[in-house]
Amino acid sequence: MKSLAELAAIREKMKDKIVLREGGANTRIVVGMATCGIAAGARPVLNAFVEGVDKEGLNGQVIVSQTGCIGICQYEPVVEVMEPGKEKVTYVKMTAEKAEKVLKEHIKGGKVVQEYTIANAKNA
Amino acid sequence: MIRAHVLCCGGTGCTSSGSPKIQDAFVSEIEKNGLTDEIKVVQTGCFGLCALGPVVIIYPDGTFYSNVTVEDVSEIVSEHLLKGRIVERLVYNDTGAAEENAEEAHASLNDTIFYKSQHRLALRNCGVINPENIDEYIAMDGYAALGKVLTEMTPDEVIQTILDSGLRGRGGAGFPTGMKWKFASGNRGNVQKYVCCNADEGDPGAFMDRSILEGDPHALIEAMAIAGYAIGANQGYVYVRAEYPIAVKRLQIAIDQAKEYGLLGKNIFGTDFEFDLGIRLGAGAFVCGEETALMTSIEGKRGEPRPRPPFPAVKGLFDRPTVLNNVETYANIPQIILKGADWFNSIGTEKSKGTKVFALGGKIKNTGLVEVPMGTTLRHIIEEIGGGIPNGKKFKAAQTGGPSGGCIPAHLIDTPIDYDNLLEIGSMMGSGGLIVMDEDNCMVDIARFFLDFTVDESCGKCTPCRVGTKRLLEILDKIISGNGELEDLDRMEELANYIKSASLCGLGQTAPNPVLSTLRYFREEYIAHIVDKKCPAGVCKSLLSFTIDADKCIGCGMCAKNCPASAISRTDYIAPGHKLASFTIDSAKCVKCGACMPTCKFKAISKG
Repeated sequence: MKSLAELAAIREKMKDKIVLREGGANTRIVVGMATCGIAAGARPVLNAFVEGVDKEGLNGQVIVSQTGCIGICQYEPVVEVMEPGKEKVTYVKMTAEKAEKVLKEHIKGGKVVQEYTIANAKNA
Repeated sequence: MIRAHVLCCGGTGCTSSGSPKIQDAFVSEIEKNGLTDEIKVVQTGCFGLCALGPVVIIYPDGTFYSNVTVEDVSEIVSEHLLKGRIVERLVYNDTGAAEENAEEAHASLNDTIFYKSQHRLALRNCGVINPENIDEYIAMDGYAALGKVLTEMTPDEVIQTILDSGLRGRGGAGFPTGMKWKFASGNRGNVQKYVCCNADEGDPGAFMDRSILEGDPHALIEAMAIAGYAIGANQGYVYVRAEYPIAVKRLQIAIDQAKEYGLLGKNIFGTDFEFDLGIRLGAGAFVCGEETALMTSIEGKRGEPRPRPPFPAVKGLFDRPTVLNNVETYANIPQIILKGADWFNSIGTEKSKGTKVFALGGKIKNTGLVEVPMGTTLRHIIEEIGGGIPNGKKFKAAQTGGPSGGCIPAHLIDTPIDYDNLLEIGSMMGSGGLIVMDEDNCMVDIARFFLDFTVDESCGKCTPCRVGTKRLLEILDKIISGNGELEDLDRMEELANYIKSASLCGLGQTAPNPVLSTLRYFREEYIAHIVDKKCPAGVCKSLLSFTIDADKCIGCGMCAKNCPASAISRTDYIAPGHKLASFTIDSAKCVKCGACMPTCKFKAISKG
């Protein structure tokens, strides 16, 4: 180790890999991964979120997690976004492409993507 | 891209209950389910809740699975990792939340009472990082403190920071760490000096140093290098007992990695500071935890203490100025450097700063390691974090400080624990072993247990310790066997005070403490042994007798069948209303094992 910069480089490289264990993240993205969800294609959605969070530099702020069936199987894949102090947002019939948009506009931009929400799906 | 981490505890406790097999099972199950690219399996150090091992934590949720078996692994992988359904039957959920909130209650490890009430500084990385991967330590700001002192601080500034922090030695007497460093700091660069670490943890029941070595070995390496810079030493030794194979292995791996990264060796961080570190194995003699004996042992000689002064800071290892600190003390150093003396200073009590790790053992639900701020009450540790006494028994006393410490009786349970309060009530901090005792423990027997240990471990160099402790033990044996006299109590006190004042080293000077503190708080138990020839807790076998109530005995003979000494036989007496003759116990043949009691369905056998 010849300099502090060298140490900082290792720290930055590793930080993202370990931040998962700190539990300090506030926002939770929960993907429904019961049989119905998986059958409807939840896995690519989950992967899209996990990769997207990393790409957008949101590691440590956002947790991507899974849950079981929440009972609206016809709308799977279902994704819930929980932010502290805000009402839960439920997105339905998700795809990897939609996931990307949700990350950009909702998680980063703070604006709920209305067209994918369950409220919108019910009204349609 | 990794979306979840499976952390398997690789501490000694969980390893002995099978965690390596569980880790292997996770790797193969995850592979079988095609999740290898998404889920990472990590071996960590001790989480602290050893009673419930093997433990597994899954992040990002922080789900805490306890008592996991190899058979459970496929269920956890297919349910939790694949489908996102938590395997509730394995979740440790002692969060104190109401039953109806159970759904939320088991969410995270950090919500359990056991962890919520703790303040983990020395143990901060234990159970979080992989101790065999230096990069993970660096990710948790590892080696940043070493970088800071080498590039931004003078050695005197480092010592001043440690002085200001109020850090005191965590291995026993609680001497201010900064003072030790200051005493050894003179004449830098002109004399050979050494930095040593005492990892000889010998108190029965204490295992925090082992856990730090196993869970966060780089913290120790970093702190010792900082100490080397502060006093002007270029060589360090870690004295660790050979009975800690996992700790020794991980420390060696860590030292090798640090050398490879140039964090040990020459020109660290491009400065002209150099520091090297070696491991020296101890053979497990208790006296080698005493600083002068430890250094004598490192020198390759028989581990015996020598008189002080001269103190190690003046004339230590190989007669050179030496700083010797305990593992837990060192583990606090990097964070004090990074966060500042004032931050550390703000935790704890007026004269005891920071936190202390306690090894909870004995009659307590959550056996394991807990770290709390100094000044936390015994009640909080035992009843809240420790989960209380099992089987609805009553708390009687807590023993702190191991063979050098004493017993804290129930009426002092609200004492805030710090160095000075413990000394005042006749015990000591020691390394932080905390053995909880309930009404079934005999205090005379406890005193005898610890004294027996020190008699065995006395090195024999000085007479007060070698002969004095032996005589003390003989008096205790006399009392326990029912032959004690009241004068023995005064005799013991007098002898104990001679041993304390005349012994050469800390071992002898503190050896009578278990006797003195039990005499102080539980004198009536000694008197019961001597005058009434009774052991109130029913532990001391010579004072026990088992009897059968002839009127309750129906003559079934179950007790006689189960008696290993054939001490139970039938009498001629048939109690009114019974058909068979009753049984009786021949006290001359009885070995006091108590095997008969549970066999009697009619509660006719009593102990007293």
